[in-house]
Amino acid sequence: MSDNVTTKDNYESASNREEKLAEFEGSKRGLIGNLQHWLHQTPAAVPLIVLIASILIFGVLIGDRFFSPFALTLVLQQVQIVGIVAAAQSLVILTAGIDLSVGAITVFSSVIMGQFAFRYGLPPSVAVVCGLIFGTLCGALNGFLVARVKLPPFIVTLGTWQIILASNYLYSANETIRAQEIEAEAPLLQLMGTKFQIGGAVLTLGVIFMIVLMLVLAWVLRHTAWGRHVYAVGDDPEAAQLSGVNVKATLMSVYALAGLICAFAGWALIGRIGSVSPTSAYEANIESITAVVIGGISLFGGRGSILGALFGALIVGVFSLGLRLLGADAQWTYFFIGVLIIAAVAVDQWIRKVSA
Amino acid sequence: MSEPILKGRGLTKRYGRVTALDRCDFDLMPGEILAVIGDNGAGKSTLIKAISGAVTPEEGDIWMNGEKLRFTSPSEAREAGIETVYQTLAMSPALSITDNMFMGRELRKPGVMGKWFRQLDRPAMEKFARDKLTELGLMTIQNINQAVETLSGGQRQGVAVARAAAFGSKVIILDEPTAALGVKESRRVLELIQDVKSRGIPIILISHNMPHVFEVADRIHVHRLGKRLCVINPKDYTMSDAVAFMTGAKEPPEELAAA
Amino acid sequence: MDLTGADSAMRGGDIKLGGLHVKKTLITTAIATLALGAAFASPASAQDKIGACLITKTDTNPFFVKMKEGATAKAEELGIDLKSFAGKIDGDHETQVAAIETCIADGAKGILLTASDTSSIVSSVQQARDAGLLVIALDTPLDPIDAADMTFATDNFKAGELIGQWAAAKLGDDAANAKIGMLDLAVSQPTVGVLRDQGFMQGFGIDLGDPNKWGDETDERIVGHDVTQGNEEGGRTAMENLLATDPMINVVYTINEPAAAGAYEALKSIGRENDVLIVSVDGGCPGVQNVADGVIGATSQQYPLLMASKGIEAIAAWAKDGSKPEPTEGKDFFDTGVSLVTDQPVDGVPSISVKEGMDLCWG
Repeated sequence: MSDNVTTKDNYESASNREEKLAEFEGSKRGLIGNLQHWLHQTPAAVPLIVLIASILIFGVLIGDRFFSPFALTLVLQQVQIVGIVAAAQSLVILTAGIDLSVGAITVFSSVIMGQFAFRYGLPPSVAVVCGLIFGTLCGALNGFLVARVKLPPFIVTLGTWQIILASNYLYSANETIRAQEIEAEAPLLQLMGTKFQIGGAVLTLGVIFMIVLMLVLAWVLRHTAWGRHVYAVGDDPEAAQLSGVNVKATLMSVYALAGLICAFAGWALIGRIGSVSPTSAYEANIESITAVVIGGISLFGGRGSILGALFGALIVGVFSLGLRLLGADAQWTYFFIGVLIIAAVAVDQWIRKVSA
Repeated sequence: MSEPILKGRGLTKRYGRVTALDRCDFDLMPGEILAVIGDNGAGKSTLIKAISGAVTPEEGDIWMNGEKLRFTSPSEAREAGIETVYQTLAMSPALSITDNMFMGRELRKPGVMGKWFRQLDRPAMEKFARDKLTELGLMTIQNINQAVETLSGGQRQGVAVARAAAFGSKVIILDEPTAALGVKESRRVLELIQDVKSRGIPIILISHNMPHVFEVADRIHVHRLGKRLCVINPKDYTMSDAVAFMTGAKEPPEELAAA
Repeated sequence: MDLTGADSAMRGGDIKLGGLHVKKTLITTAIATLALGAAFASPASAQDKIGACLITKTDTNPFFVKMKEGATAKAEELGIDLKSFAGKIDGDHETQVAAIETCIADGAKGILLTASDTSSIVSSVQQARDAGLLVIALDTPLDPIDAADMTFATDNFKAGELIGQWAAAKLGDDAANAKIGMLDLAVSQPTVGVLRDQGFMQGFGIDLGDPNKWGDETDERIVGHDVTQGNEEGGRTAMENLLATDPMINVVYTINEPAAAGAYEALKSIGRENDVLIVSVDGGCPGVQNVADGVIGATSQQYPLLMASKGIEAIAAWAKDGSKPEPTEGKDFFDTGVSLVTDQPVDGVPSISVKEGMDLCWG
């Protein structure tokens, strides 16, 4: 329908006329104003600057122990689960929602993959697919309750968080499947833990998955209609509806996709810890929200870049490792993360004022 | 007199016990600006919603160019060529002008990237948006990719009107386009409305602002108690006459009264 | 004290977002009510029997599952009517309070309690004792310890000491140059974590400084402390952090076996899994299996089943003639014992084999 609009527009011929008829002036702005506008258009810039600055500062303070390919790629490994979950969280938050159930979906998906392979003896590949489907269904349930039943996302996911986590404990009986058994019988479950060594740098498949996922989602959000709809729905759902966006379908797809991504995070979790443990990823919901907020994505929806969430997760990782290497009490990590969260929200508010 | 491009007959819509539209008739002639005025609660917004597809009347029919239509959603009305510029503008403030113009009808790249990866054809969308704004003399907006929220109120209204006029629409409904604007920007929006009209697109203008209505309208539909009270020519009546009809202070002359 | 994971609630799991706490309470109350309903559904002759209550932190953790098994078996044997209660997650204090009140109202003779909040629960415990109930703290001492009639628990300091002695003996002369990584529980330094940590150091021959906290030691052999939340993920991250500080760590103390499994993964990723000695505490079945597989060198095994069955016996005695259990000599609690599980026994440190450990393991 829309694909041939350019050719059938009727008024092209009339364009050579007086152009002064109805114009609106732009306003002049100073250096600060320019900065504000630039940040407005490049929302991932602030977290990127903070990330680079914090790497440099810790590098100077600690020296080679931190400023080495090994330590820097270690940060990537440590944030991979939170990073992947933050990708899911970003999508939901861009629609002005929030997903408290991400951690629960992550861990239950990993438990499903493990138990389907060990308890029911399914081939590992089938078990992984089942886990991925399960995650998607959990997300779809969230999506259904938010988009169709029109319940607030906070309440919906508060509920599903409890439900999924409780089901996880009931189903798994809190039983851990040990790394050695998985390695012997279902190594596919640990696939995401596969290592690549490049000089001193160590990357795992999970890390690469996280980065590729972020880049693909950034592209999709920017360059497809669906991506633009995600932003529009988060910005103003009524306006989006009136503009012809299918708001319900968009929300539904976002939550389901978030669930699928969490299931992938669950797979990566097995790769990272080797075993299947029902008590892992406990705090992934808060950690992912932290990453998203520090990454400059607005909790009010419709603003921010998903790459910011990756930078946000990395900032947390750099601070954690850097402060530990400095020998600081682990409490300082939480202290500084708290400061960063508040600073990030303050910057977000300031950038939003660009319109005023 | 030619046939109306858009015609409504016997439109009825009730909300519980309240009858918002009471066997209302409506006519829009080709190429005209028809103002719809009415007191608060007279049902004019329900009338507009019925025409723009936001509500479906329980009784009555709508014809466009003699073809009977029935809308159950705004997008159906839009597909039939009825574009509405809502008072809220229905734009996403954080998104760019281009994104907003194409929201819900994006262009995809030809070939594999568009078909399989569903990539948007940004250059084409940007060119189209720029052309449309230029046509309407709105190109002092330098950057087609700037966020709508960085525009002034009048500029936003301009973009919204340009969006409505851009996609081969047959009818444009403007809901209180000058309500939120200052004097200077209101003036430009009124010029813009004339401009759209000069392209042959008929306009339905809902406004409370009598000077604006009398300045641009060709005919004025006076709405009262859920139906069309009369249609007057702004050249024959004064603003105070119009207000008097609207409020019921004065009966319209026999020959103008609707059936 | 069991730390198989649910303790991860200790840091941030206990999130206070909006009305969450209210919600949690509702859910857990509902669960408790269900549990109560189930209990009522059991033998109709309950009225005549001695009543007892078991209140655990959660009912999903294998440690508490085992505890409940032990209590249930003993209660059946002695003809005691046992009702079980549990919070939904570790740290769920309100449900435990409600459970104590229910037990008092129910006319039970005694309560076996693993407290989520060891100091806040004291007033409720006092209420129960005033009403004539015998209250026995299982696994986790109350604060103060004499708030309960008696505590049946693992000697966590001893548990740490055993693995410390074993590690030192295993290294022999190299113990003088060891590089030790300490993988603890949580930044808040909960008592159980401090006891195991300091016990390990005592056993290894390190000057403790203040025995009530970790991190104040001056011994250069300690590379550093990091926290694990007692789960695999935390164990791996903490191990990586310590390895970044000093990649040549060769002894690793871990608060529990899941943390040890995580630490092993971190060591494996840099190819050092075979030249590092990992020691741990708990004695859960996956943990003992990890000892068999060489992941963990030695672990101190504790006995939740015994805690519970001893507890039930104590309540039976209390109901019969009002006698209270006595503490283990020289201690202010009843020590339910701890054994070092390893297949590499060393001189001077008593231990049991992995096979024996498997027979006694929980979870």
